[in-house]
Amino acid sequence: MTIEQCYAFLNTEPGPGFNLCYTLVTVFPALIKAIPISLLLLVTSGIIGNLLAVPVALARVSRNPLLWMPSYSFILLMRGTPLLVQIYLIYYGLGEVFGQMTLFGQPLMKALPFLRDGIYYAIFALSLNTAGYTGEILRGAILAVPHGEIEAGRAFGMSRWMIFRRITLPRAIRICLPAMSTETILLLKATALASTITVYEVLGTAQFLRSQSYRIYETLLSAGIVYIVLVFILTRILNWLERYLNKDRERPLAIPMAQTVKP
Amino acid sequence: MNPQPSLWSLMAYGAEGFGDEFLTGLLFTLQISVCGYILAFVLGLLGAGAKLHGNKALYRVGDLYTTFIRAIPELLLILMVFYMGGRALTQLFVGIGLADRDFQVTPFAAAVAALGLIYGAYLTDIFRGAIQAIPKGQIEAARAYGMHAPMRFRRIIFPQMIRYAVPGMGNQWLNITKDSALVSVIGAFELLFAAKSAASQTKHYVFFYSVGGLCFLGITIVSMIALQHIERRTSRGVRRA
Repeated sequence: MTIEQCYAFLNTEPGPGFNLCYTLVTVFPALIKAIPISLLLLVTSGIIGNLLAVPVALARVSRNPLLWMPSYSFILLMRGTPLLVQIYLIYYGLGEVFGQMTLFGQPLMKALPFLRDGIYYAIFALSLNTAGYTGEILRGAILAVPHGEIEAGRAFGMSRWMIFRRITLPRAIRICLPAMSTETILLLKATALASTITVYEVLGTAQFLRSQSYRIYETLLSAGIVYIVLVFILTRILNWLERYLNKDRERPLAIPMAQTVKP
Repeated sequence: MNPQPSLWSLMAYGAEGFGDEFLTGLLFTLQISVCGYILAFVLGLLGAGAKLHGNKALYRVGDLYTTFIRAIPELLLILMVFYMGGRALTQLFVGIGLADRDFQVTPFAAAVAALGLIYGAYLTDIFRGAIQAIPKGQIEAARAYGMHAPMRFRRIIFPQMIRYAVPGMGNQWLNITKDSALVSVIGAFELLFAAKSAASQTKHYVFFYSVGGLCFLGITIVSMIALQHIERRTSRGVRRA
């Protein structure tokens, strides 16, 4: 079948069956074109969120109530409310606030048209959420750094900042690497929520096609396949990264382990 | 100029305010969370059983289930269950003459099915780890006493498994209450849907989404306190170092 025939078939027969042609010709190319948007959301909010997580975790382990209390409530808010509520609150809430503001006598939304784009709000919300979750993970890791190493740093006459930069942070990051890769996979899945505020990433595109063609199996199943492949590839990359960062402490081949396993 | 009425008056109970809508939403959220969690519990036990049974085919089935469910975003799974599952069921029932053409799956059923399916996968691995944490000798001892499999499960495995599984189960309960917000997308009248409809009617987005978020935060905090008690209760009798 040629593409024209395919479309002729599509337009004349909106039946309930599975249309493979529509899936391959329309849905998959559109979803693949949308993958960069999903990855953009993942990478930008991952980077911003993880960078924000460092001060959040540091404030959380501080003994000063002016530092740990705001950090504690931030983490509780981020982890205690659904991400979708946070996204709505930021998208519609900031929209409400921005809608009342003016810039140089013009409505703000008109002066800065990019503020209408949902993707910035999605990145903002996902970054804050990641900062909350990763901050809590990083806090646990900072507390897990062996005390002796910090004391050794002190004995060497390192300043507090140097101890943090050279000992605490690298050690903590290494300790929380496995939890961080889980968190990254969860973040990739969370980017799908951006589709609810008109960001056309993979799920958003699938929903758009679904509402256009009323074909549910083709669009939703294809989106599922795309996400499964993305998660599979990302897991591979993260496993490789984890091994790469732990290269110097790689265990010898698991021979002692093998002996303990029952034949 | 008449003074602006307080935003909290919008939360009044009755036709004017949205208090009753929020209360209905809160109850619906709790209902789907509890029902979904019960379904997830059953699916988790079945999944853990399939993975630990020793039969290769059963293991494959359990493994495929957990891998696929964990790789697909929750929102997409909910949409899949609602639209695809709904249409498939309609076709099936209409096909065999059990239902009329206007048969439809309710958002409640779809929400419970989707949440149960998602969290069943997570609970599968939690239960699997918990069962593996039980000393092997105990199960062997039960077998030596001549206990049959259901009795072994009821008397030896289940009570100890629950103790190991409670922290993980608590986390998944917190997650299921939060993910129940996703079913607002398929038009189920839960908490976030109430907030959404109130916000779009009055244009007070910041206020109503904040109230919705605070309700979820309340559920989380109450659950966390309850979970602490449950954890303490299930680990009573365990010697602590």
